[in-house]
Amino acid sequence: MALITVKDLSLGYEKTVVASGINFTVKEGDYFCIVGENGSGKTTLMKTLLGLKAPISGQIIRGDVLERNEIGYLPQQTEVQKDFPASVKEIVLSGCQGRCGRRPFYSKAEKALAAQQMERMGITPLASRCYSELSGGQQQRVLLARALCATRKVLLLDEPVSGLDPEATEHMYELIKQLNDEGVTIIMISHDITSVKKYASRIMILGGDAA
Amino acid sequence: MIDKLTLYLQFPFVQYALIVGVLIALCSSLLGVTLVLKRFSFIGDGLSHVAFGAMSIAAVLELSNNMLIVLPVTVLSAVLLLRTGKNAKIKGDAMIAMISVGALAFGYLLMNIFSTSSNLTGDVCSTLFGSTSILTLTQAEVWVCIALSVAVVVIFVLFYNRIFAVTFDEDFARAAGTRVDLYNLLIAVVIAVIIVLAMNLVGSLLISALVIFPALSAMRIFKSFRSVTVFSACASVLCALTGLLVSILAGTPVGSTIVAADVVFFGLCWMIGKVKGGVRV
Ligand SMILES: Nc1ncnc2c1ncn2[C@@H]1O[C@H](COP(=O)(O)OP(=O)(O)O)[C@@H](O)[C@H]1O
Ligand SMILES: [Mg+2]
Repeated sequence: MALITVKDLSLGYEKTVVASGINFTVKEGDYFCIVGENGSGKTTLMKTLLGLKAPISGQIIRGDVLERNEIGYLPQQTEVQKDFPASVKEIVLSGCQGRCGRRPFYSKAEKALAAQQMERMGITPLASRCYSELSGGQQQRVLLARALCATRKVLLLDEPVSGLDPEATEHMYELIKQLNDEGVTIIMISHDITSVKKYASRIMILGGDAA
Repeated sequence: MIDKLTLYLQFPFVQYALIVGVLIALCSSLLGVTLVLKRFSFIGDGLSHVAFGAMSIAAVLELSNNMLIVLPVTVLSAVLLLRTGKNAKIKGDAMIAMISVGALAFGYLLMNIFSTSSNLTGDVCSTLFGSTSILTLTQAEVWVCIALSVAVVVIFVLFYNRIFAVTFDEDFARAAGTRVDLYNLLIAVVIAVIIVLAMNLVGSLLISALVIFPALSAMRIFKSFRSVTVFSACASVLCALTGLLVSILAGTPVGSTIVAADVVFFGLCWMIGKVKGGVRV
C-alpha cells in the first residue's frame, strides 16, 4: 500500500532549484532512507513532503490512509530552542496538538498517550526536567516521543543522529529500528550512507541515482 | 506611612489606578515569554512608537476618546509588521526601525504644528514616559480596561497550548496541522491591544520593559513554560503594585517607578538564578 508517491518533483526556493527529477514511492512498513551531501536539498525535500513549502513542479500524492495530521516529524536540530524554558512533558504533550481539533486543552487520553510515548522512549524519569539542559541524545528522544504522539503510521526524521556521540547514535538507530519493527513507516534523512545501509530497507541518493 | 496609605486607598481614583495597573501588568507579562523567544520583542518596541504616532494624531484631532484611533492603527501595524517581517525585501528589523522611528518623528511633528496646548513638552513627555493620567481615569475608562484585560486573559488561556506549540517549534506545529499563521496573527493582535492598554500606565517608551522584564526574570529561575508564565505574571503584578504605591506615596512618576521595580526584580532573579545554577551544576 503506497503511503506517499513522489513524481518528477523539483524543489527549491523561489526561482533557485535545489534538486529536481525526484521519483520515489514509500510503502507501509518501509524503512526508507534519503542520503545526500550537505546542501543537496534533503531538508528542503522533507519540508516539501510535509507541506511546509510548495514544490516548484511535480506531484506528491498521499495515500488516503494518510491524513495531514498523521505524520510525525523530527526536525533537524536548530539553535533556536537553546534557551527555551520548557519541560520534557510539555514538549512531548505538544505532539498531541493535531489531535485536538477545536478543543483548547488536552484530554486525559492525550495525556496518557504522551506518558506512554515517554515510557517507550525511556525518558519518563526526565519528565519534569528542562529540555535545554538535556544531552543531545536525550533531546532527540524527547522530540521522537513528541513525533510519536502525532502519528502511529509515519515518521519523518531529519538527520536524527547528527551531533550525537557514537553510543547515543547506536541507541538512536536501535530505537528507530524497533519502531519500524512495530509497524511504523520510517522516512529518514542522513548524510552517512555506511551506517544507514545496516538498517534501511531502501535507500535513495539525492543528487544521484536511486539505489 | 500606613495611615497615609489607608487614607489614599479610600479615594476612588487611587483604587481605579491600582485596578488598572494590576490588570495591565498581568496582561503585558503573559505574552512576554513568547515575545522574547520568538525574537518578537522588537515588534513590541516598534508598535509602541506607532501607538505614540497614533496618539498624537488623536490629540491633534482632539478626539474625546483616543482609543478609537490608537487601537485600530496599532493593531493594523502589528499585522503589517508581522507580514513584512517574513518576506519583504527590506529586512524585518530594519523595516521595524523605519516604521517606529518614522512614527515617532511624525507624531512629534504633528503635535508641534497643530497642538493648541500651552504645555507641549509636557504633553509629549507624558505620552512617552507615562502620564499621571492613570490617576485621572474615569469609571468608563476603567471598564474599557477591565473588558480588554479579561479578553486578553481569556484568549491567552484558551490558546495557551497552541501558543506554546507555535512558539517552541513552528515547523512541527504546521506539519501537525496547526494553523500557525493564524496564531502568529493572534499573538500580534493581542500584543497590539496590550501595548495600547499599557500606554496609559507607563507611556510608549517604557512599554517594552513592562512586557519583557517579567519574562526575562522568570526565565532566570524557572525552566518550564508553565512555571515561567505563571511566575512572570505574578512578578509583573507585584512590581506594578509596588511601583504604584511608591509613586503615590513618594510622588515619583508612575511609569518609571514601575519599570524601576521591574529592573530591581530582574536583578534579584538573576542573582538567584546564578546561585541556584552554581549549586546545581
Ligand atoms: N530558506 C532558504 N531560502 C533559500 N535557500 C535555502 C533556504 N534553506 C536552504 N536553502 C538552500 O537550499 C539548499 C539545500 O538546503 P538543505 O535542504 O537544507 O540541504 P541539506 O538538508 O541536504 O543539507 C542549500 O544550498 C541552501 O543554501
Ligand atoms: Mg538538512
